[in-house]
Formats: sequence, structure tokens, C-alpha cells
Amino acid sequence: MINAIGSLGYSLRMWLTNLGYATRMFVRMLGLSFGLLRRPRLITDQIHFIGNYSLVIIAVSGLFVGFVLGLQGYYTLNKYGSEQALGLLVALSLTRELGPVVTALLFAGRAGTSLTAEIGLMKAGEQLAAMEMMAVNPLQRVIAPRFWAGVISMPILAAIFSAVGVVGGYIVGVRMIGVDEGAFWSQMQGGVDVVKDVMNGVLKSVVFGFAVTFIALFQGYESQPTPEGVSRATTRTVVIASLTVLGLDFLLTALMFN
Amino acid sequence: MSNLVEIRNLKFAYGERPILSDLQMDFPRGKVVAVMGGSGSGKTTILRLIGGLLTAQAGSITIDGTVVDTHDTDGLYKLRRRMGVLFQNGALFTDLSVFDNVAFPIREHSDLPESLIRDMVLMKLQAVGLRNAAYLKPTEVSGGMARRVALARAIALDPQLIMYDEPFAGLDPISMGVTANLIRNLNDALGSTSILVSHDVDESFSIADYVYFLSSGKIVAQGTPDEMRASTDPYVKQFVNAEADGPVPFHYPGKSLADDLGIGEKVRAAL
Repeated sequence: MINAIGSLGYSLRMWLTNLGYATRMFVRMLGLSFGLLRRPRLITDQIHFIGNYSLVIIAVSGLFVGFVLGLQGYYTLNKYGSEQALGLLVALSLTRELGPVVTALLFAGRAGTSLTAEIGLMKAGEQLAAMEMMAVNPLQRVIAPRFWAGVISMPILAAIFSAVGVVGGYIVGVRMIGVDEGAFWSQMQGGVDVVKDVMNGVLKSVVFGFAVTFIALFQGYESQPTPEGVSRATTRTVVIASLTVLGLDFLLTALMFN
Repeated sequence: MSNLVEIRNLKFAYGERPILSDLQMDFPRGKVVAVMGGSGSGKTTILRLIGGLLTAQAGSITIDGTVVDTHDTDGLYKLRRRMGVLFQNGALFTDLSVFDNVAFPIREHSDLPESLIRDMVLMKLQAVGLRNAAYLKPTEVSGGMARRVALARAIALDPQLIMYDEPFAGLDPISMGVTANLIRNLNDALGSTSILVSHDVDESFSIADYVYFLSSGKIVAQGTPDEMRASTDPYVKQFVNAEADGPVPFHYPGKSLADDLGIGEKVRAAL
């Protein structure tokens, strides 16, 4: 019993220590980010690496999620004779929830792990120490550009996910099942509010972009510089980022949609 | 001649484990000074302390009259601009070409036009014999070549102080000789001061002006390479002549083999 309380206290202390390190690193990184305004190329290169290379998995996943939404939505709505509302159901599901959340989860698995491993291996290979010794701050040169690239990429990827998902829902609902095409689009147009639904979804994905990218970078930066350490850090990135996204989604949904 | 780097009463420990204690060292301007000692003697820690990558628990390090203060980030970065470091494994940026690795510090610290940077980089690569490898990736060059690329990068901004961490480790005899000559020649050509951390006796003695021997975090001997060769100090003798017996034990301290095999009492009784 005493051992259990002791280990709980130790875990809590470690968690608080890590939170303190993360906060300090985040504040320092934000302070150093202004220097990037003079060198936007550092960010655009990373947007290409993080965003562009995640595009295929995001688009394909969006298409399949759209297919499933079309099928499941039709089966449910058909019971109440309201299959004409399929377009609205698909669009609202994607813009409010599935677009931002699934994109963030996929982003954590695809780009997050890649960021953690890259930074961890740079640390293990003494590249970050070499940069320090060249009087170049790795937080400014390596971490901050990747962070902002992640924050910028996430809402764009979420928008692409939602758009492709709507097309997926259209293919299954209209082309394959035979829901009326005019009803599909007009219900969607009439029922989706740009500010309340679309912009709140975008805001969610920006918040997820902040959280997932920073978690990935922090785990890489603080990883043990060994193969085992980098491997553990990569696993932690997926677990912590995924849980954070789901927790934040609940909070944001409660705040945005009452 | 004044000293470029001075270490006074330096103490450093990793947690409870002491690494360096009450260390006093001088590194005169324009000289190549070797810091030698067995593995775990604290050699690399000295370089990291001078570079401000680690913070000492007590004592001071001054570089050209300025105290290395790890809490003053701006001051530390100003000092580091006057240093070049060759890491043990080169620490090249694997996503950049050989050319871009050498150009990295120049691009970061100057607004020079790309044409001038190109000429500067090619001159540095010429100095280490790798001008024609400029557009290869670090993964496409051998270990010895990677070390020379890292050397070109370390001298890219003509530093006042160059620190070498085990520059001869894992090199074949030809690369070792080439690297040793490069260190000496570059030091003389740039008018720099070099600190060479190594346990390779022959190569270090061939280029060093002065040698410190370190054991368990303390200076146990110092002098010119000739003085060290003639030294009767048991530690220096064991190290220079690569002898198995001497003050440096081969086995990590702890229980004897007989105790581990459960026959310790019998062996002691027999003795």
C-alpha cells in the first residue's frame, strides 16, 4: 500500500516535472519564433515535408471515411424516411468532428512519429549539440520551423480530409445507392453554417495542430539519445498525442456547440 | 605568452558521481595542447565545460578573459562564435550535402552572397582535401572523410579556439596521419589555439606542444611530449607504453572472480 502511494507520488512528480520542462520549452520556442519572420523558407520547407508528404494518407482516409458515412448514414436515415438529409449528415459529421479529429490522429501517426524520430536521432548523433557549439540555437533553427509548419499544415489537411470525405459520401449515397443528387447538395448547403460548423472545425484543427506537433517535438527533444530511447519517445508521441486530441476534442466540442 | 583558455579550481559531477575535481589547466595561444587519459577519465567533459554545454559545480573557465557563464545565453553564443568543435563522430547534418554542412555556420552567421560563400566553402574543403566530394551526402563518404568534413565545418569561421574530441578514433593509419597533420597545419595557418582530446599517444605526441594526463578527474602529469616520453611517473609510463599492469586497473573495481564463483574463502585460506 505504502509502495503504491510512493510510486503514485513519484509518477505525479515526474509528470509535473515534464510539464514544467515542456512549458519552459514552449515559451522559449515562441520567443524565438519571431526570428523566423526573416527566414520564412525554413517554415515552407517543413510544410512541404510535414504537410505534403501526409497528403496521400489523409486524402485516402478521408475518402474511405466518406464511403462509410454514406453507407451508415443511409441505413439509419432510411429507417425514418429522411435519406434526403444524407448530404447534411455527411458534411456536418466531417466538418465538426471527423475531419479535425481523424486528421489529427493520422497526423500524429504519420508526421508526429517522423518528427520525434528525426529530432531524437539528431540528438543521438550530436547534431543538436554541434549546432549549439556553432552558436546556432536548435530551438530556433530546428524546433520552431517544424512547429509552425505543423500548426499551418493541420487545418489545411483537415479541410482536404473533409472535402474528400464529402465526395466519398456523394459517391456512395448518390452514385451507388441512388439518393437524390439535388437533395444531397441542397440540404448540405442549407444546413451547414460557415461560422458555427466550418470555422469551429478549423479552429479545432488549429488547436490539434499546436498540441500534436509540440508533443512530437518535445518527445524528440527530451528523448534519451539511444536507439531504445528514441523508440520509446516515438511510442509516447502517438499515445500522448492521440489521448490529448480526444480529450481536447471533448472540451472544445462542449465549449463550441454548448 | 598569455593563455587563451584558463581553468581554475574546476569541479564537476554527474549527480553524486564526481568526474573532475579541483582542476587547473592553461591553454596558451597558438599552441596545440593534448588532453590525454583513459576512457572515463573526464577528457570529453572538459571540452563540454569549455563549450558551455555543461555547467560546473565550482570553479571557473575563462576564454580570452571572458568567463564561460552557461546562464548567460547571449554571452555564451558570442563566445561560441569564436570556437570550432570537432565531435567524435563528426556530427554532420545528414540531410545536408558536404558542401552545405561546411556552409551551414557561414550562412547562419553572415549575410554574405552565395557566390562568396561558395568560394569560402570550396577553400575550406580544399584544405581538408575534399573539394571534389562537395556534393556528396555524409552517408556517401567514409568515416575518415566525414571527420575531415567536420573539421572543415569547424574551421569555417576561422575560430580562435578549435577543440577536437577523439579525432583519431576509428581511423586507419593513413587517415590518422592525414588528420594529425591537418590539425597541426590548420592551427598554425589560422593562428588558432587547439585542444586535442585523445588517447592515441603517437599521433598526439607528434603534433602537440604540451600534454596533460588526466586520471579520475585529476591532472596526474603534464609537460612537453618529450618530457612525457621520458617520464618515470607510473601512470604516464603505463599509458605511453600501453602496459597492462600499472596504476590503471584493467578490471572494473568490485568483487573478485573467486568470490563470484563462490570459492573466495578457499582461495584466501590457500593463500
